[in-house]
Amino acid sequence: MEFDKELDARGLNCPLPILRCKKGLAEIDNGQVLKVMTTDPGAVKDFQAFCKQTGHELLSMEQRDSETVFLIRKRSV
Amino acid sequence: MAKKLALIASKGTLDWAYPPFILASTAAALDYEVRIFFTFYGLTLLKKDISDLRVSPLGNPGMPMPVPMPNLAQMIPGMESMATMMMKKKIADKGVASIEDLRTACLESGVKLIACQMTVDLFDFKHEDFIDGVEFGGAATFFEFAGESDVNLFI
Repeated sequence: MEFDKELDARGLNCPLPILRCKKGLAEIDNGQVLKVMTTDPGAVKDFQAFCKQTGHELLSMEQRDSETVFLIRKRSV
Repeated sequence: MAKKLALIASKGTLDWAYPPFILASTAAALDYEVRIFFTFYGLTLLKKDISDLRVSPLGNPGMPMPVPMPNLAQMIPGMESMATMMMKKKIADKGVASIEDLRTACLESGVKLIACQMTVDLFDFKHEDFIDGVEFGGAATFFEFAGESDVNLFI
């Protein structure tokens, strides 16, 4: 799937992946897609909670070994 | 309207410095309006240089140790330095943010940091001991925003 910006948050632990993601979203336009790579096992729940509370759309979440890749579409308002 | 979080940070050790800054920076990322009121030992966390924050295993039997030992043995000189060094190494190894980084993240995301003026007087601190951007106030200042906050926590 296509994305507009990629963010490597591998090796970072809570709450850094979320903080970096927030920063990354600030750097793209509304409706654009941010790809975030993580290794923090807590990120799976945290990214779902982050999107649910902020209104950004969690397009996909793919787990491979110890890595989880998220695609998040920035909310339009 | 944005949700609001009010925290009281009352502890000044390396371990207890984490909860207020983690919660505040995360809440800010979730679009909360956040204020932290720093009182008593928590004021230490607003000093310009916080590289000397320490953690003590003394009186802290819950702290994981590499080898089991009676808590009283933690009073041996050098134990606190060793525990602090070990904790800092673990923090770096596990990709956990430093307190400096989390504090910076809080400031960058607009978290308001309020220092308890009474404690400043009590401990003979000076306003210039603290980082820029800190506001000074008392209990009434805390309630001004705590009273309208969605979440209030004492740490």
